[in-house]
Order: sequence, then structure tokens, then C-alpha cells
Amino acid sequence: MTMKFLAMQAGHGEVLIAEGDIADREQEALLIAAFRAQLDLGMWAAVPLSEPGGRRAAELVGRFEEIPRDAERVIFFPRAAGG
Amino acid sequence: MAAAGAYDAEREREAELRARELMRSCVNHDEWAMYEAHGLIRVYGQASRSPTRGTRAAGRAYGYLIYPHKPLVGYLVDSGRLLGEYCVAFGGPRLPAADDVLAKWLALRADERALIASANVHPIGSQLDPARVRRDLERLAVWERDAVGSVWSGELQRL
Repeated sequence: MTMKFLAMQAGHGEVLIAEGDIADREQEALLIAAFRAQLDLGMWAAVPLSEPGGRRAAELVGRFEEIPRDAERVIFFPRAAGG
Repeated sequence: MAAAGAYDAEREREAELRARELMRSCVNHDEWAMYEAHGLIRVYGQASRSPTRGTRAAGRAYGYLIYPHKPLVGYLVDSGRLLGEYCVAFGGPRLPAADDVLAKWLALRADERALIASANVHPIGSQLDPARVRRDLERLAVWERDAVGSVWSGELQRL
């Protein structure tokens, strides 16, 4: 199962920052490193989800282990702060 | 030739197109149609996710209007009363408009309480014209009424 990490970027839209099969240990390790690097940059990580009935939702994850194993994408965006 | 870091209208346009595609792949069909038609998305508060299914207590259902690069606006569904402006910003350079809206949508859907707790709350009218917001609510109501019977009306009924 291929998982993509996308980051929102000013002046560009989303950028593919990592992609790999989490069932493959080497690729999973690369995904973990990319995940941590994004959080270290102050990004939030959101997993788009589909709820029962087809409605779409999202989940914020703070650790790689919290990403559903069947997630296709994780979207990183700058942490929200009071504007 | 544009100087490095200078505003590049073509680059920004392409960024917005990419951001729109990402948004379309994440939000619900009705929300995407709303953004396409009105440039904003309405999200109901977690305590009132299903107003059409009668699960909300009278007077307690609320929602947010998500504008690009503007505060979230909270309002009561029953009365349309505007509750306030919830100012949140995503650090760093300005994201494309659709990315800004999608980031707010993701955060609201995932953890409304945390996002609102991080916001600076201001009275309505601080950044957005209340008359404009009321007009947007009215336009949304008309638009949703007209959308019944369209391809995605079933989606609306499940809200």
C-alpha cells in the first residue's frame, strides 16, 4: 500500500515530499523520517478520511503510529495560531 | 523577468489550481461545489453535524463559514445570528486560497475545539463586514435550496 506525504507550500500548492509502502521496512523508515522532519518544521499532519456513509472527515496525527495503515495520504500544513 | 521572491501572478494561479484539486479530493462534494460557487465553505460545529436529521437541540446548532485568508465566522443555524470571528493563521508565507480554506477545514474536522482554542476571537465586524457575511448566508441558503434535485442533492440530505 503506497502512502503519499503532501505538504502545502506557499506559491506552489501541495508538494510531494515522500512516498512509500509502509509494509516495506526500508520505505516505512523513510516515511517515518519524513514525518518527523515535517513535525519538527512545525507542521500539522492531517489524514483525510471517509466516514461511514461516505462523508469526508479528517484526523490530526502527532505520531507516525497514529496514521491509519491504510491511509493513502497525509497532508502537512503549517500549524495554526491566532491570527 | 521577475525578481526572486517577487509576486508572480502565473505561478500563484497555478498554485491555486493545484490547491483546488487537493481540496476537491478531500472535502465533500457539496462543500467543493460551495467553494466553486461562492469561494467559501460552510462547516457545522461538531455538536450539530446533522441538522437535517433533527439531532440538534433547538437554538444550539452552529456552523462556521470558512473564507480564504479571513477569520472563520461562527453563526447560529436557526437564527443566523453571527457569533464572532475566529482568527487563525497558518505560519509562514501566504498559502494559496484553496489551501488556506482546506487547512482550516482539515483542522475543524479533526479537532474543532483545539482550532478554536488557538484562535483569537473578535467581535463580528473586526475583519469581515457583517452585511457581507449575512448576504453570504442568504446566498448559501438559496443555493442549497436550488441544489435539491441536482446530482449531489443526496449528499446534502446526509449533512
